[in-house]
Amino acid sequence: MLFTSYLFIGFVLLTLLLYYSFPKRFQWMILLFASMVFYAYSGIGNLIYILTTVLTTYLAATQIGRLQNRTEVYISEHRQELSREERKTYKAAMKKKQRLLMVSCLVFNLGILAVIKYSNFTIDNINKIADMFHKGTISFLDIALPMGISFYTFQTMSYLIDVYRAKHPPEKNIFRLALFTSFFPQIIQGPISRYEDLSQTLYGSHDRNGREIMFGLQRVLWGFFKKLVIADRMVIAVNTIINNTDDYSGIYVFLLMILYSIELYADFTGGIDITIGIAQMFGIKMKENFERPYFSKSITEFWRRWHITMGTWFKDYIFYPISVSQPMLKLSKNARKWFGDALGKRMPVYLATIVTWFATGIWHGASWNFIVWGLLNCLVIMISQEFTPLYERFHRHFPYGNTTWYRAFQILRTFLLMSAIRVLDCYRNVGLTFKMAGTIFTDWNLKGLLQGGWNTLGLTIADIILLCAAVLLVFMVSMLQRSGSVRVKIEQKGPYAVFAVFLLLFVGILIFGAYGTGYDSNQFIYNQF
Amino acid sequence: MNDLLEILQDLHPEIDYETNTQLVTGKIFDSFDIVTIIAEVNDAFDVTIPAEEIVEKNFDSARALYALITRLMDED
Repeated sequence: MLFTSYLFIGFVLLTLLLYYSFPKRFQWMILLFASMVFYAYSGIGNLIYILTTVLTTYLAATQIGRLQNRTEVYISEHRQELSREERKTYKAAMKKKQRLLMVSCLVFNLGILAVIKYSNFTIDNINKIADMFHKGTISFLDIALPMGISFYTFQTMSYLIDVYRAKHPPEKNIFRLALFTSFFPQIIQGPISRYEDLSQTLYGSHDRNGREIMFGLQRVLWGFFKKLVIADRMVIAVNTIINNTDDYSGIYVFLLMILYSIELYADFTGGIDITIGIAQMFGIKMKENFERPYFSKSITEFWRRWHITMGTWFKDYIFYPISVSQPMLKLSKNARKWFGDALGKRMPVYLATIVTWFATGIWHGASWNFIVWGLLNCLVIMISQEFTPLYERFHRHFPYGNTTWYRAFQILRTFLLMSAIRVLDCYRNVGLTFKMAGTIFTDWNLKGLLQGGWNTLGLTIADIILLCAAVLLVFMVSMLQRSGSVRVKIEQKGPYAVFAVFLLLFVGILIFGAYGTGYDSNQFIYNQF
Repeated sequence: MNDLLEILQDLHPEIDYETNTQLVTGKIFDSFDIVTIIAEVNDAFDVTIPAEEIVEKNFDSARALYALITRLMDED
C-alpha cells in the first residue's frame, strides 16, 4: 500500500476514526490491528517473517530478563555469605547465559535477513567465479523481500541488545512488542526507533488533541509536497540520464549527481515527514531522522544529520562494541608500539570504521555498488580525520574559517562530495558508475546540454520552473527551521495563516503533484532497503 | 582525576574540563574521541569501559567520566 495512494489515505483516516472513537485503553490494540492489516496487504505470507522475529525476540528477551532478576535476587539474598570474588563469578556465569541467548536470537533473525536479502547476491558472485573456471552455475532463489525487513530486524535487534544491557526491562506483553516492531507508519522506511523512546508514547492513552492533529497533518502534507511535486518529477530526468548511458555522459552525469541528491532528499525526508506526521496525529512522538543535512560542513557532520536513527544504530551496536572490545584494545596497545603513538591510537578506530561502513553499505542493498559506496564514505571520513592537523595549521595561518564565504564553500564541497559518492546508487554496476563518472572529465559537452540537450530529459520548461520554485521553497523552509519550528511560527500568525498554508499545500499537491503515465507515483527509494 | 584530565587535555587542549559539562551534547567529543579516551583510560586505569556505558551522561563532563571510571573500578 503506497503512502501516496488514496487507499493509504483512506486507511489512515479510518484508523484515526477508530483510534479516537474507542475507549483509550484499546488505542494501542487498534494500532496493532491496523499495522497487521497494513503488513498483510503487502502479501499475507510475509506476516510469517515478521511474526517469527517478534516471537523469537520476545522469548529471548523475556528469558534474559528472568536471568537478570534471578541474579539480582540471588546476590541480594546471599550478599553476606558470598565473597566478592564468588559474587563476581556468579554474575559472570549468569551474564554468559544471557549472552548466549542474545547471540542465538540475533544470529537467527539476522540469518533470516541474510538468506532472504543476500542469497541471490552471493549466488551471483559464486556463479561469476564458477564461470571463470568454466564450472556449472547455481540457480537463483525465488524469494520476495518482505516489507521493511531491514528496518524491523534492526529495531528488534536494538531492543534485545538493550534488554541484555539492562537499559530497560523486557516488554511483558508480546502483542505490545509486535506493535513496536510493526507500527505501520514506520515499517516501510523507518525511522529505526528505540524501544525506550517509542514506548513512551506508543502504548499510552491519547486524548484527541486538535493542535497535534493539525501539526501532524501539516507535516504529512509537506511530506507529500516534497515527494509528489519534487521527487516524483525529478525522477523522470534522473531515469532518463541513467537509462541512456550512450546519449547522456559528461555534464549530464554531473547534472545527475545534483538532481539525484535533490530527488533522494525530497523522497526520503518527504517519506519521513509523512511517517512522523501520521504518528503525531495519533499522539505518538517519533525521533527525528534528519537535521537539515545539506547544510553540513563536513562528511562526518553530514552523517550526524542524515538518516540519524540509522547512523546512531550502527554507532551504538557495531562501531562502539568493536572499537572497545578487548581484542581492539590489545591491538591499540600493540599498534602504538609498532607504529608510534599517533597512528597506533587511530588504527583500531579505523578498523571499526571500515567494518561499520561495510555493514552500512551492505545494509542498504545486496550489491557491490552499495559496498563500494559504504567504503568510499569510510575512505573520505578517514582521510579527513588524517588531514585534521593540516586543516588546523592552515586555519591558524589563514583565519577565514569563520567567514560566511568559507562556510558556504564547506557546505558546497560536502554536498558535491556526497552527491558524487551517491552516483553509485544510480548505475547498474560499479564499473559502469566509474566509467560514467570518468566522462565528466573526458567528455564534458556543455554545448550539447545548452543547445537543446536539457530539453530531452523528459521535463518541460514548466516542470523545470516548478522544480526550481519548489526546491527554493524547501530551501527557505530549511533556513526558517534554524530558528525553531516553522509550524509554530505559522500558528503564531493566526488561524488565517494556518488555513492559507493548508490550502496552498493541498492545492499545490493536487495541481503540481506528478501523477499519471510516466509520472507514476513511485515507491519511496528507501522501500527497497 | 589528574590522570584523566591529562588524557582529555591531550585530546582537546582548548577545553576547560573543570567547567565544561557538555562535551558530547556540545559536540566537542565525536565518536573517534570517545574511543580514543576509552583506550587511554584502559591503559592508565586498567579498567574497561564497555560499549553499554557509552552514553551522553557518562561522557558529558570530566567529572562524570571520572565517576564512571571509579564505579567500574569498584565493580572490578
